[in-house]
Amino acid sequence: MPIDRDEVLHIARLARVGLSEEDVHRFQEQLSQILDYFQVLQELDTSEVPPTSHVLPLQNVMRDDEPGASLPSQEVLANAPQREGDFFKVRAVFEE
Amino acid sequence: MGDDLFRLTVHEAAHLLARREVSSRELTAAVLDRLQGVEGQLNAFVTLTPELALEQARQADERLARGEDVTPLTGIPAAIKDVICTLGVRTTCGSRMLENFVPPYDATVIVRLKRAGLVMVGKTNMDEFAMGSSGENSYFGPTRNPWDRERVPGGSSSGSAAAVAADACLYALGSDTGGSIRQPAALCGIVGLKPTYGRVSRYGLVAFASSLDQIGPMTKDVTDAALVLQAIAGHDPNDSTSAPVEVPDYAAGLVPDVKGLRIGVPREYMGEGVEEGVRQAVTDAIERLAEMGAEVDWEASLPSTPYALACYYIIAPSEASANLARYDGVKYGYSYTEGASMWENMERTRQFGFGAEVKRRIMLGTYALSAGYYDAYYLKAQKVRTLIRREFESAFQRYDVLLTPVSPTPAFRLGEKLEDPLQMYLSDVFTIPVNIAGLPAISVPCGFSQGLPVGLQVIGRPFDEATVLRVAYAYEQAAGWRHRRPPL
Repeated sequence: MPIDRDEVLHIARLARVGLSEEDVHRFQEQLSQILDYFQVLQELDTSEVPPTSHVLPLQNVMRDDEPGASLPSQEVLANAPQREGDFFKVRAVFEE
Repeated sequence: MGDDLFRLTVHEAAHLLARREVSSRELTAAVLDRLQGVEGQLNAFVTLTPELALEQARQADERLARGEDVTPLTGIPAAIKDVICTLGVRTTCGSRMLENFVPPYDATVIVRLKRAGLVMVGKTNMDEFAMGSSGENSYFGPTRNPWDRERVPGGSSSGSAAAVAADACLYALGSDTGGSIRQPAALCGIVGLKPTYGRVSRYGLVAFASSLDQIGPMTKDVTDAALVLQAIAGHDPNDSTSAPVEVPDYAAGLVPDVKGLRIGVPREYMGEGVEEGVRQAVTDAIERLAEMGAEVDWEASLPSTPYALACYYIIAPSEASANLARYDGVKYGYSYTEGASMWENMERTRQFGFGAEVKRRIMLGTYALSAGYYDAYYLKAQKVRTLIRREFESAFQRYDVLLTPVSPTPAFRLGEKLEDPLQMYLSDVFTIPVNIAGLPAISVPCGFSQGLPVGLQVIGRPFDEATVLRVAYAYEQAAGWRHRRPPL
């Protein structure tokens, strides 16, 4: 199932991954090949089969909401690429 | 003896340490020397921590002198895969994205190992974000196989496997999402155990595919795998998917006895695509276990096996595309800041911070989850996952363990599969079904093909690591492959 150039660009935009022109060509070819391979699953009749999202029979693991120690903010901010005071600094989300 | 301390197993070294015949400091110094000597040929490490190791060794020696709280891992030099968070020691995941990331906390496995007396010599190289089967996807360059340096060590726990095989540490931790502990263990001739999903806490393991990831031991022999698993296993309130299941005494269960044990050999794992030398070594190993009294059924069957690879390469990238959304250049990690807008910065951050395979999988996962394709890919794969699980469940009503090759071929050449992702994915064809079903499995050395190590895979019932370890131990003791070492 070949995917076209526009689909590659659409997926890249959804994933927020910038691509070079070379990447676009390469991914178009490689993703088409891999997606084609995935078609093998259509051979299986799964109409009566429930999906597995998780292998353990765990559901809604609950605990009491007890306050505990948190990481100190200075340690958390230590890896920030850009910070201002005790905040992560980010470019404006909404353009003027 | 002093010169060869680095060659010891964990249990051999623990014995000498407990009797005060050597100190952790001497042992650690010997391992650090060895590491320095071989690292130039292997590139098994991203970060070396010799000063930390010597300080931890000093503390371990005090503990050993007092004779209090001594465990089999107290004072034993270890290497940690660079996907596991270590407080104050950078954790890169083999990626430019996290080249300078220094975690503000320890993963639960590290907390537990420190409590047991960890001596950490360094963080090991790996395929970026644990995505790969050859170690070649690391931002820090490929790791080489100690048996043949023109060949890959396997992946993604490439550095951990190479370091253990080369005696650059006594044991290592790896992580396994589709075979990333077992396949490099097989290709490097060591033991690698993927525990049952939920047996070991994932807290502090940088997430790749959360329904599949497990941390496990990579060791020189089966006894060591039991000792390391003992230290890291058990429920953790910080990981809601860690199972509240009792942890048995694994070392106590290591008896070389397989009489009456029911072994299934699924024929789908021994057919086309398995290299002849691999098939021969695995067949010989299973015959050996039959001679020791196990009942072997060579005609077991898991018919959905041919669908596992496609199932996995939909589920794992889908989960990865969500998990890796956090790398936006804002909170930590590589950050591109020269763009015209917030969105451009984010896209460039991810373009330059991630390597080709990571981007490929993010793209695949995003596609599989996107509107219009969800049912045909992701939902379909989750249904196939149910089929694969059910087949294992039904097989384990008849058999105590299943035996298969770990990898269809021995170590391949560097560069051989780098431009063909699908061929690379096929090297995980026998390890992937185990992750899909959440089962425990071990790779134990079972001989050589073309002079390169071959691994036997022992797959067990959920939470029955004890039986998996016992079968591997019985075979290992009878076969004696451990005495053959790489030429380093």
